Amino acid sequence: MSDLNNMTAAESAATKAAIMNQVPGSEIEGQSPLHHADFASLAQQGPKTGGIHLREHKLLGHLTLRCNAENAEQLAAVERVLGVALPLQPLSSVESGNYSIRWMSPDEWLILVPGLETFEIETKFRDAMPGHYSLVNSSGGSTVLELSGDNAVTLLQKATSVDLHLNSFPVGKVVSTLFAKSTATIRRIDEQRFELVIRRSFSDYIWLWIQDASLEYGLVIEA
Amino acid sequence: MLHIYCPHCAEYREEDEFHCAGQAHISRPLDPEACSDEEWGEYLFFRKNPRGLHHELWVHAAGCRKFFNMTRDTQSYEIKEVYKIGEQPSVVAE
Repeated sequence: MSDLNNMTAAESAATKAAIMNQVPGSEIEGQSPLHHADFASLAQQGPKTGGIHLREHKLLGHLTLRCNAENAEQLAAVERVLGVALPLQPLSSVESGNYSIRWMSPDEWLILVPGLETFEIETKFRDAMPGHYSLVNSSGGSTVLELSGDNAVTLLQKATSVDLHLNSFPVGKVVSTLFAKSTATIRRIDEQRFELVIRRSFSDYIWLWIQDASLEYGLVIEA
Repeated sequence: MLHIYCPHCAEYREEDEFHCAGQAHISRPLDPEACSDEEWGEYLFFRKNPRGLHHELWVHAAGCRKFFNMTRDTQSYEIKEVYKIGEQPSVVAE
């Protein structure tokens, strides 16, 4: 892969890529794709024990970064902005404080940050990144679910063909794969805890699907 | 069901995650204007349909969304090798 555009960070920043603060303040109410499911009430009224625990991490900042993994200057710039280096190993992820980065493809990473910090981080990237790269705020396009519990693995086995055994799916591994009839980016946070980045438009389908698939284990909603 | 090794993800995945995008190694004529109708037609429409080894272009559609090449036996469905775009196959028909 070659860098068509060899601009320095200052030259890149001077091109003034149009970015907008999508969430200017916490006083503006944001509705997650699963707003209609009302997890807050379900968490209060629903069952407190069961094999599957489900939580939505809503309104996070999703940043899709595409750059050249062989460009040391870009890698250094990412590390300056986020305080942590991009995971270059296929299917790996790193986490540092509130920031987490997932390897999506050899030149693409998904960075999750707290929703209100998104604009600040985007701005920092625009100032720091040299050369040819792309940073897109895709926060509105997806949401994050956290599946945990004794039966989390069994439930996922019904949805995806990926091997979930700890030997081939260790903690920290990330795979983009099929989930039921939709797609998801699945990351193992813990032995029994998984994080799913799912498409906004499929969130209701996946929510219904998880309810159905967890009937035999019992579903506990957390909020 | 084929069990396909993605050279970018560096692991085997189920066929569901992939799409076949047809014959590999088709290069666009450098100067389309200079092509005869026959040459252009060959490039645009005519594809190999061998019994035996075939080089195909595949995409890991539900995974890393990258394209790669595969040498496959169309008779036995056996996958001989996968290799990245820009590389040449090491298994070729005689």
